[in-house]
Amino acid sequence: MSKPTTNAGPFFPRDRNWHPPALSPNYKTSVLRSPQKALLSLGNTISETTGPVFGHNILGELDHDLVQNYAKPGESAQGERIIVHGHVLDEEARPVPNALVEVWQANAGGRYRHKKDGYLAPLDPNFGGCGRVITDENGYYAFRTVRPGPYPWPNGVNDWRPSHIHFSLFGSGFAQRLITQMYFEGDPHIPLCPIVRTINDPAAIEMLVAKLDMNHCVPMDARAYRFDIVLRGRRSTMFENRMEGN
Amino acid sequence: MTKLEYLKESPSQTAGPYVHIGCTPNFIGNTGIFKEDLGARMVNPQTKGQRITIKGRVFDGTGTPLKDAMLEIWQADSEGLFNSPSETRGEADPNFTGWGRQPVNLESGEFCFETVKPGSVPFPDGRTQAPHINFWIVARGINIGLNTRMYFPEEDEANAVDPVLGRIEHRMRVSTLIAKQSGDTYTFDIYIQGENETVFFDI
Repeated sequence: MSKPTTNAGPFFPRDRNWHPPALSPNYKTSVLRSPQKALLSLGNTISETTGPVFGHNILGELDHDLVQNYAKPGESAQGERIIVHGHVLDEEARPVPNALVEVWQANAGGRYRHKKDGYLAPLDPNFGGCGRVITDENGYYAFRTVRPGPYPWPNGVNDWRPSHIHFSLFGSGFAQRLITQMYFEGDPHIPLCPIVRTINDPAAIEMLVAKLDMNHCVPMDARAYRFDIVLRGRRSTMFENRMEGN
Repeated sequence: MTKLEYLKESPSQTAGPYVHIGCTPNFIGNTGIFKEDLGARMVNPQTKGQRITIKGRVFDGTGTPLKDAMLEIWQADSEGLFNSPSETRGEADPNFTGWGRQPVNLESGEFCFETVKPGSVPFPDGRTQAPHINFWIVARGINIGLNTRMYFPEEDEANAVDPVLGRIEHRMRVSTLIAKQSGDTYTFDIYIQGENETVFFDI
């Protein structure tokens, strides 16, 4: 049985100067965890143009609501209640529907619910720090959470992460796989952070800064932040098929 | 004057050491949010093909295994079809997801996938690619996910004419992509740096 072929071609090459380089010495852990030999550039084959796509049936009722999805009945997570929402687009500004968006974060005090996090800020018994959503037919997503706190981390003697939410994204092909972080407009830690500064281009960093979106606040409940995400664009297979005949 | 108005891709940032919270919460004991960790199971009793186990570790530049890495694999089914809407050649085995996700063990650094051996798939010019599995590795200190491929040692002939392996200029590096076999278990160790640095791809 044939399936739609409108967007099954190879992806646009990644701009490796826009992404952070593998080796960024001010982020010390990257020094021993960065390949030293050149990456082998490989035009996409079907192993890269295909990828898993998830159905809404994987989602639980509260997966999009971090304020409630770990909370005891009648309670909720502590902190500033926020809604994070936006569009997942490709490089041609086309919406990416059915994109799985997974998020994780520290609690309002900057502590992660993870056995390896020993920061002295307390855990919030009502906050797990993970959620997931799938974009709708317009590439739109939204989830509710609390604003994560900044926290210190062992890199320099006094390095602090800006408030951030980790994002993992699936598009329609494995070559689009992306993990990134969302920051908050106006956070003075952003320009100080060695992880943010692994990215060289200020315009690229700006793409990761969510904007306060007063129009989408829920009055008397939660403020909203807008965060659009762009995945790699791709060519149509039809054109590719013609090229193969030449 | 024509203007090209492409958007730029969102830049990558490291997954950090706490990737499990979002991607494999049950693995670290954060239960009750997601029923099961996505990608933990690739096969079920009805899956067609030869069952295999893939194990390995990811080593840093000192030879120390990473304890906080997460790996994802993507592969064809036993007939060479992908379980993806972008697969246009036919229907893949509905009992095989083709996609797996595993964190490495927090103490030993070992990962383990239970899957099936993939069939061959075509290269865009019509040649055949040897059976292979795509790997994607993220961790603290990895600023953008690393892409590589695992090939099978018993596929000597197919590997010898594989168009991707054929692109590797320094032939002694081909072996970094070929797993070691012991029965139905394959070991695929990944070296981020050093003498045996694995070949990573810009796909």
